Amino acid sequence: MALGPYASFIVTSYALVAAVVAILIAWIAIDFRRQKARLRELEASGITRRSGRSAADIR
Amino acid sequence: MTLIDLANPTKFLSLTGRILPWLAGATAILLMIGFYQAAMAPDDYQQGATVKIMFIHVPNAWLSMFVWGVMSLAALGTLVWRHPLADVAAKAAAPIGAAFTFLALVTGSLWGRPMWGTYWQWDARLTSVLILFLMYLGLIALWRAVDDPSRAARAAAILTLVGALNLPIIKFSVDWWNTLHQPASVLRMGGSTLDRAFLIPLLVMAVGFSLLFVTLHLAAMRNEILRRRVRSLQIMQASQQAA
Repeated sequence: MALGPYASFIVTSYALVAAVVAILIAWIAIDFRRQKARLRELEASGITRRSGRSAADIR
Repeated sequence: MTLIDLANPTKFLSLTGRILPWLAGATAILLMIGFYQAAMAPDDYQQGATVKIMFIHVPNAWLSMFVWGVMSLAALGTLVWRHPLADVAAKAAAPIGAAFTFLALVTGSLWGRPMWGTYWQWDARLTSVLILFLMYLGLIALWRAVDDPSRAARAAAILTLVGALNLPIIKFSVDWWNTLHQPASVLRMGGSTLDRAFLIPLLVMAVGFSLLFVTLHLAAMRNEILRRRVRSLQIMQASQQAA
């Protein structure tokens, strides 16, 4: 696959898209773990929801 | 489970927890097929290999507008129906939409330099998409600036609906004004002007990126629901300590 004289523009475009999508995925995955950890901490300190169900007990 | 059950955040979390792995898998497979087809697509007779930038630029450009459309529907959900997940959906979509718009602008710029001889031109299409990007950033800033989620939700919903006026301007800018940007070649009256060798990989990539948005959006909505639970528990904790 020859990309011609403008190969750097094509490669940079694809690399940038891959990098931004990877950052989005990582940010969402890290945020999920952080929120679950905060909920566990709060429940461990005795603060529970009115329903009594665990807020951190989700997949 | 009926659609109305999804208004319940707990049921929403349960359902999305089950379907997200399947969605992520389908997204990965479709994007891999799309990237393979894009790599194997022939060179354009005028643009040469730079036409390959189209396969990532166009889906990101479509999604930049589609996500704002989703947020506009969610804004109606907040203002008219007061749906409990409407503001969650809008707030979760904004950073993803901003990322797609950023990618549309930068890949368009990288495509424009070899084809037009310039990275940027203040014409109607490019400027209206830049305005869309700035509106995404403004909305994200608004949600962060207002402490009370219900007040922030109403203000953000109004701003989102006002911003939706920019969508037809973006879409028809290439018809209404003389611009450097080419006119619509896929979604147009009379059918696509693209050859099948380019159209099929482009559509596969568009569906793949759309699935990527749905997957990321549902995951980000789950995070937002959890963030609101953390906030309500922290308020309970503070009131217990004060009592």
